[in-house]
Parts: sequence; structure tokens; C-alpha cells
Amino acid sequence: MTQVLEDAVDPPWDHPEYRSTELRAPKKPLVLLRHTLSELTGPVYGEDAVDDRDADLTRGHEAEPLGERIIVTGRVLEEDGRPVRNALVEVWQANAAGRYIHQSDRHPAPLDPNFAGAGRCLTDDDGRYRFVTVKPGAYPWKNHPNAWRPAHIHFSLFGRAFTQRLVTQMYFPGDPLFEFDPIFQSVRDSKARARLIAELDLDTTVPEWALGYRWDVVLRATPFED
Amino acid sequence: MRTPSQTVGPFFYFGLCERPAADLVRDGIRISGRVLDGAGDPVPDAMVEIWQADERGSYRGDWGWGRCGTDDQGRFSFTTVKPGPVDGQAPHLEMLVFARGLLKHVLTRVYFPDEAANESDPTLSSVDADDRATLIAAHEDGGYHFDVRLQGDDQTVFFAVV
Repeated sequence: MTQVLEDAVDPPWDHPEYRSTELRAPKKPLVLLRHTLSELTGPVYGEDAVDDRDADLTRGHEAEPLGERIIVTGRVLEEDGRPVRNALVEVWQANAAGRYIHQSDRHPAPLDPNFAGAGRCLTDDDGRYRFVTVKPGAYPWKNHPNAWRPAHIHFSLFGRAFTQRLVTQMYFPGDPLFEFDPIFQSVRDSKARARLIAELDLDTTVPEWALGYRWDVVLRATPFED
Repeated sequence: MRTPSQTVGPFFYFGLCERPAADLVRDGIRISGRVLDGAGDPVPDAMVEIWQADERGSYRGDWGWGRCGTDDQGRFSFTTVKPGPVDGQAPHLEMLVFARGLLKHVLTRVYFPDEAANESDPTLSSVDADDRATLIAAHEDGGYHFDVRLQGDDQTVFFAVV
């Protein structure tokens, strides 16, 4: 068995400041797996995987949700800069008050009958995705006394290979909660942490309607044989 | 630089698990099990994904992926077919596990018991003999049972792909 050194980009599993890691972080060293076809292939999604309406989280209810309407867009890329086409991108988030629709969320902030907070889309030929939503609120959690998560949108992404799979969180620029958040801070390298923060983008912003944020996602390289 | 992983958190179910994705075929074998933490307790807020070849050992792209959120007993269950051998490897599934408390997912493989090909599988052979059993499912009525132990002396083997 060969020990794999922690890489500088992903957080470690063992991160005591985030208490839920205590009984869940694997402690044994990873085993190196020389890639095979099983690691080079992955599910392929077609147009039937999504509906155009799935990318607009503000629709599908009687009225518009409360909160600050935003557009979040960007590209899904591989480490060499190539766009990932037809990548399935799934998002989920709290509402503007910082409350998830999930039944286990006990934060005493209001649910919004006009907001569920889940969406999905496929990237286009440039690897681009685009969601319309509302800016999620910060919310408290019980990790430590007076713990609050910075506002974030959860992202789940597929690349061309199953081993490029990525689940992560997108944050908003300038959030004063960054320095207190053990999940954000679990990424040790400051440049890597910066990769988690979207940019306010006036070109994406639609005047008189919604602020725009741009966030590119870079998936790990895979040794494709093409 | 690539984008770092962050935990899937506790509230992913409505975002990722509302569309049924655990039954890859209507009638097939069942591959089920539990996700357990370092105390041996079930992990009720994990998500398990599989990726596999078909019965002939072909990766098809449009088939072979499954997803199942764990229930309050930490259980997951897929209905699928046993994959054929791929490129001289023993039949196996790729499995990813995501959970609150996992800042990045884990990758493991599910092999099948009573497979002569396990003996010569390059990946299984690269694992210490003592740990190999954590990668091999057990027979169970109607299919196979495979527990994922995130931590502890009998922790499941997790891989880093190179």
C-alpha cells in the first residue's frame, strides 16, 4: 500500500475544526489505483436529462421568490483549459432567509413558498452553464458556538470520466464570514480557496433586473487516451 | 488550478436525490449495504453513486450510472446487473460516497464473491491481503451486500487514481 500525500487543492478528510469529520474522515492511507477503463469512462447526459426550466430556480411557483435575484454563470473546464461539454451541473441552496427546504433544517427562518432551491442544467459547447436564482442567506449551524455558514450555493458536477466527479460550494465575494468558517477554511491553500469564490460580473448582470456572478469550475485532469 | 472539493453537507437530498436513479434495470440483482462511521453507527446523510459496465463488460455512457441517498439506517440499494469483466479485470463497480463530514468524496470498488478472476485482478492484488475483503461484496438474498466503513480498523479501502 502506498501513502498518498495530501494535495494542495482539496481539503484533507481529517479536519477537526469541522466536527462532523471526527467519525467520518478515513484514516487509512489511500491505495493508488492505476487507471483503467473504469476510471476513464463516465455517464453521458443528453438533452433529455434536463428541462430548460430546471435552470431557473425562480420559476415554477405561484409567484417569484423573495430575495435578491441573481444570475450565476461560468464554464466547466478541465485543467488544461478545455471546456467540458454536456456536463451535468446540479445546484441546491438555502433561500434568501438562509433556510433550506430540507426537513432536517431547523433554523427558525421562514421557508419561502415560492422557492425550492434546486436546479440543474447541461453545459453548452463552450462548457458554459447558467442559473437564475436568488442569493442564499447565511445561516447558523451547531459546529461550534455562534457558528454561521457564509452564503453559498452547492454545486455537483460530472466531467467526461467518473473520476472527475466534483461536489463543491460556490461562495460570494467579500463575505465577512469566510475567516470563521471551518468548511471554507478546510482548503489550506489561499489560491485554491479563492477558486471557490464567484466574481461579481457586470457583463452578466441584466440592468434593472438581476446582478450577475461568474464562477468557472476546473475539474481534475484525467489521462485520456485520445 | 482546479476547483477544490467541499462537503455535500446534510441538506443535499432535495437537490440530488429526488429523481429516482437507483434502479438501473427493472429486474436484476440487488446491491445494497450501509454506510457506517468510525463508531459503527449508520450514516443517514450519505449519498452513494455507482458506475459500471454492462453484462458484456462494455461501458456504454448512456447506461451504468446510479445514485442512492442513504436512509435513516444508513442503507442504500441499487437494482442492476452484474457487470462483465473489463480489460482483464474481475467484474466490479466503481463506487463514490459523499456525506456530511466528508470534505471530499471517497472512491472504492465493489467486487463480487466467488469470482475466480478476483485472484488475478490487478487492483485487488495491489491491496494488502488483510484489507482486500473490504472490497468484496457478500451474497445476500436476491443479490449482494456491501458495507462502506468510513473509518476504523476495518475501514473500507479507498483509492486515489493515478
